[in-house]
Amino acid sequence: MDVFIQQSINAVSLGGTYALLALGLAIIFSIMGMINFAHGELMTITGYALMYCGLVGLPFVIAAPFAILIAVVAALLMERIAFRPVRNSSGATLLVTSFAVAVILQTLFQNLVSPRSQAVILPDMLAQSVHFGSLSIGINQILSITITLVILVLLNWFLRHTILGMAMRAAAEDFSITRLMGVRANAVIAGAFAISGALAGVAGVLWVAQRASVDPLMGFIPVLKAFIAAILGGLGSLTGAVAGGFALGFIEIYLAAYLPDHIQPYREALALGIVIFLLLLRPNGLVPAFNVGREKV
Amino acid sequence: MAILTVEGLHVHYGPVEAVRGVSLSIEDGEIVALLGANGAGKSSTLNAIVGLVPTHQGQIGFKGDSLVGLATEQLVRLGITLTPEGRRVFGSLTVEENLLLGSMPLRKSADRRKQNLERMFDLFPILVERRQQIAGTLSGGQQQMLAIARSLMSSPKLLLLDEPSLGLAPQIVDTIFDQIVALRDSGITILLVEQNVAMSLEVADRGYVMAAGSIVTSGTAKDLGSSHLIEQAYLGHQ
Ligand SMILES: Nc1ncnc2c1ncn2[C@@H]1O[C@H](COP(=O)(O)OP(=O)(O)O)[C@@H](O)[C@H]1O
Ligand SMILES: [Mg+2]
Repeated sequence: MDVFIQQSINAVSLGGTYALLALGLAIIFSIMGMINFAHGELMTITGYALMYCGLVGLPFVIAAPFAILIAVVAALLMERIAFRPVRNSSGATLLVTSFAVAVILQTLFQNLVSPRSQAVILPDMLAQSVHFGSLSIGINQILSITITLVILVLLNWFLRHTILGMAMRAAAEDFSITRLMGVRANAVIAGAFAISGALAGVAGVLWVAQRASVDPLMGFIPVLKAFIAAILGGLGSLTGAVAGGFALGFIEIYLAAYLPDHIQPYREALALGIVIFLLLLRPNGLVPAFNVGREKV
Repeated sequence: MAILTVEGLHVHYGPVEAVRGVSLSIEDGEIVALLGANGAGKSSTLNAIVGLVPTHQGQIGFKGDSLVGLATEQLVRLGITLTPEGRRVFGSLTVEENLLLGSMPLRKSADRRKQNLERMFDLFPILVERRQQIAGTLSGGQQQMLAIARSLMSSPKLLLLDEPSLGLAPQIVDTIFDQIVALRDSGITILLVEQNVAMSLEVADRGYVMAAGSIVTSGTAKDLGSSHLIEQAYLGHQ
């Protein structure tokens, strides 16, 4: 029973990070119809920002928000420099552009920082655990779960109760008509990138807090997972992205915990198999987007 | 003074020439009907006026200023708005959220927004009780009223209405046409695209008839109603 609870806490923690990343992808997709493959590099940028903050001795409580801010700025620059010029192009063009941005950034990290993994100085406290009876929970897991929940509540509040949030939900449904209402296309899209940058930044901090290192390809795997989570949840659906992120977290952690040793090598394949099976049952995802198949921008 | 003038408008979709040299003008305070069979180019004309589709060639003037090249989101601030064909309410948002988005240009003035919201609830009482309802769950007639109300939330001078009676039950169509007249009486100029020729000519001051992308005839509603030109325009190009 204790093992089960322990693993469930791991699953919520990992799933929460996937959920934040998947949300970032989903927000951009819902409005622009584009999967931003450079989303992972926003995470990596956050990691490097944390690393440099550590080197100059900034305390973590300042370094973390600062690193997230860097991710927001990077996301806004990405939109302004790379995506705005091709905004009205085909889906394929957008996809290739986002790949190009990802590769360019990875190359920059390799050349400007180092191709090798770099240590990130973190407060000792993050590595400690608290004990509840025979249960031991890592501080960074508690932080990760708490922060994920706070972010989800804040984002939900923003989307429901602010005019920009409302405009973003409207734009996800029907971009032209949203503009007809007098909502500036640039404002909505920049807003979406700022939020997705913030989400990638938070996920980046949580990811690095568990591993204490950063490398040029750090963002690739988690964002690939987040992409799978977003599809599992229903591409373009924000609730779906959260559901898909947590679902994938649980699938991966339980498989890692309970599969017999000789099947462990096939764990990733099995996890994907389960995702595909779920998608066969619900082809539009766990919580489908409102306007599946409608044209974007 | 003409509030809207369109001169030699062309709209192309790739090789398709949907609008070929349309000219029309609307005086302040008029209801003008734009009639014609399906595919004649009526929606393309309205969409070009508000910048939802690009103008290939031609001039569009609003109170003397050119609109060509302005972004869609700028027009509503000038006082032009469109209630699009097929209503296109934001189906995942509540009725009230739809209306609030409609008042985006009045963002700075909370009082006027609130006033307009109250006015819409007076004009369309059905929306009051459905205020918190998700718009996608409204009936077709209710969605049409919401779409019109949403357009009015920005206090427009000129309202372009694209087929407001499409697919609605007869008594709802009556209500909508009554409201169109009431809107004009409250000082809003209206360009009305309709399939319902008889009712449109009843409420309109003047009309234009389109076929295959061009205006084929125009005149006062009375003259158009008593001539056979309209039937010819419909039959000749079906
Ligand atoms: N987005 C589009 N792409 C290609 N052709 C279109 C598009 N919209 C309209 N058309 C074509 O343009 C012509 C005029 O259409 P439209 O303006 O919708 O006419 P109406 O509103 O009078 O029914 C039609 O032949 C239609 O098929
Ligand atoms: Mg039409």
